[in-house]
Amino acid sequence: MTDTVANAKATPDVTQPWAELGLKADEYRSIREILRRRPTSCELAMYSVMWSEHCSYKSSKVHLARFAQLPKTTPRGPLLAGIGEQAGVVDIGNDWAVTFKVESHNHPSYVEPYQGAATGVGGIVRDILAMGARPIASMDSLRFGRLDAPDTARVLPGIVAGVGGYGNCLGLPNIGGEVVFDASYYGNPLVNALSVGVLKHGDLHLAFARGAGNKVILYGATTGGDGIGGASVLASETFDADGPAKRPSVQVGDPFTEKLLIECTLELFAAGVVNGIQDLGAAGISCATSELASAGDGGMHIDLDLVPLRDNTLTPEEILMSESQERMAAVVEPENLDRFFEICAKWDVLATVIGEVTEGDRLVIDWHGETVVDVDPHTVAHEGPVYQRPMARPDWLDALNADTTASLGRPGNGPELEEHFRRVVVSPNQCDKSWVTDQYDRYVRGNSVLSQPEDSGMLRIDEGTGLGIALATDCNARFTLLDPYVGAQLALAEAYRNVAATGAEPVAITDCLNFGSPEDPEVMWQFSQAIDGLIEGCKILGTPVTGGNVSFYNRTGETNIMPTPLVGMLGVIDNVADRVKSRFQNQGDAIVLLGETRNDLDGSAWAEVIHNHIGGNPPKPCLEAEQALAQVLLRASKERLLSSAHDLSDGGLAVALAESAMLSGFGARMKLPEDTFVALFSETPGRVLVSLPESKLSALSQLCGDLPHARLGTVTDDGALTITGQFAIAVSALRREWAATIPVALKTRPRSAR
Amino acid sequence: MARVVVEVMPKPEILDPQGKAVTGALKRLGFSGLSVRQGKRFEIEIEGEITPERIEQATKAADSLLANTTIENYVVRVDG
Repeated sequence: MTDTVANAKATPDVTQPWAELGLKADEYRSIREILRRRPTSCELAMYSVMWSEHCSYKSSKVHLARFAQLPKTTPRGPLLAGIGEQAGVVDIGNDWAVTFKVESHNHPSYVEPYQGAATGVGGIVRDILAMGARPIASMDSLRFGRLDAPDTARVLPGIVAGVGGYGNCLGLPNIGGEVVFDASYYGNPLVNALSVGVLKHGDLHLAFARGAGNKVILYGATTGGDGIGGASVLASETFDADGPAKRPSVQVGDPFTEKLLIECTLELFAAGVVNGIQDLGAAGISCATSELASAGDGGMHIDLDLVPLRDNTLTPEEILMSESQERMAAVVEPENLDRFFEICAKWDVLATVIGEVTEGDRLVIDWHGETVVDVDPHTVAHEGPVYQRPMARPDWLDALNADTTASLGRPGNGPELEEHFRRVVVSPNQCDKSWVTDQYDRYVRGNSVLSQPEDSGMLRIDEGTGLGIALATDCNARFTLLDPYVGAQLALAEAYRNVAATGAEPVAITDCLNFGSPEDPEVMWQFSQAIDGLIEGCKILGTPVTGGNVSFYNRTGETNIMPTPLVGMLGVIDNVADRVKSRFQNQGDAIVLLGETRNDLDGSAWAEVIHNHIGGNPPKPCLEAEQALAQVLLRASKERLLSSAHDLSDGGLAVALAESAMLSGFGARMKLPEDTFVALFSETPGRVLVSLPESKLSALSQLCGDLPHARLGTVTDDGALTITGQFAIAVSALRREWAATIPVALKTRPRSAR
Repeated sequence: MARVVVEVMPKPEILDPQGKAVTGALKRLGFSGLSVRQGKRFEIEIEGEITPERIEQATKAADSLLANTTIENYVVRVDG
């Protein structure tokens, strides 16, 4: 029997499964206080999903609020939409605007790697779409347990195939990202999906439900029983003992439906027939109705019987919580309904009026003619619990910081140095990632200028002027573990530098903050420190945070992941023809290192690969120096001085040099400073390796001014990387080994039982 | 040679995009009122007699490789 509002009033003492739905005792108590009665099972379903960590940001809200102090302007002008909207919108000039956002889909991707990753891509694409923008590209930052761990052989191929399968079917190029391996992600891989879209200024749309009498329309896929693992508590155990078996919590995506949804939605926007639009993601109809209603000025009345179902055994609680993919909600004025349905029919998209905007301020939902929900939508969507979680600097941190790399054995001669060089370059975190990225289409739509393995992905936006954008995602979580404040700034600096290295001006960031359990005070301290680091860093760099996502509870058993505040940086380039590639281009070019190298080996790739060591203190970022470096790179790109530019980060000069050579087939003859080991493996930030014709050296030198820069060598065609006085290594052999790391590891591993 | 058949179907709650596409195509071809869910069928030839151990082996194979038990159900039966 259905638990109606009348029934709830009549039976105040019924025991409800709030704990099973993830609510705490005081949260359940405040729901009762808000409603001044017990919630119906449908209301309980709505509050429990909307007040979950994932939807309410209850542990992170107090910290995220600090982002508000950042100016809402980029180096190119004011933001058109910022934090709080479904995605931030940046003015890039020529009447073009770009919207971009990164979101996590970590836990679903562990349970079912293919579908978890696929629906992660689909979800973030709908966020971009809901702003009125055409999605134009994806990027994915993936983190796994060790490459040689058995479950990685299940999770990695599944996730990569899911990202590729969904994105390729949608016709979106995947232009970059990261693949990182670390033991802390075993049992909790990270899938951070970024989507970017483009629109004209006038096409920007914000979601709200305004005007009594306007219709609420659900369109796209039908609603099924997927992604409602939690709701089965309500359906099968408490209210109907003979009800359906426990539902799977997994969702399956259908990219072809999503493609139709994209085209249909863009045409609906263009026709001017929608007042507000919202994608259905986590918490499905619960989220869309309560958010649309509370963003508008009225109430809303929904008739759940009208929701088109894929499975007609669904209970009203399940319909409210279902996370079936490829659905959107729209608010439409009655006189536009015919045109709306006409456009949906053209794209073969199912659309159904499920309710309307009402006078007053209540969200009322009926089922079989009886009211099952009667709430103030604001209390569902925005007045969830807010926690000031306890924070504590981890007591193990001092010991970790004291355990520096100073005592680690360093190579004593040329052959040993060569061995370390080779091992770092071919290690899982530095090796060739083509096995992953070759499963993605990176050229579809015909505007991809750069994609992996370049420092950032780049897209042409305006075919007339060549105006384009660049995107890079970065985070070195080893640094963040050693010092979350500094580590977050280093992630910011690296993404900034990667964008600048390709010739684009960095303008704004999105972030995906992946952390362990917020109920662990040490994790909350890491989280808070990382946010402070990002805010101070963004203030100096002038890049606002346009939005993003927090993912907590990333842990395996009691082991939290390394704090991973991923930064996605957007850059703008006036003419993509000025872009700079990372690989060497011409024999005889001079090789110059921009920036200063210090003795920064703590937390480095060298320490990890050679000594399996993490400890000490991360390098000190100097964001003013990063800015000066970026200015030099931007001017050098505009003046066409550079043949190549490659950011130095993990693995330092060793990896940058090896990649510049391996990707081009050229060799290099290098004369490095006296402490060759530090020169090769130090990870001091603020450095970029460039190559250029000798004739342009003086022009570059002039541009640099006070910025340290040093000629280190020359590009050769002898197929060898020669470090004078130390070693020479054949580029082709190194490349073979570098390219084999992932394929060999995955093929030799037995497929683990599910 | 004895034969064991393993039939794998997407779980009833799970979206089946292939079945949906087939349903749509049938409708366009004029077959009305048909709704399709698409699975797959494995025919496994078994050496020697079919014993409970053999069935158990095939079931393990279905559970670990032939079906993705997160989103699919399977049945194992002896053919013929």
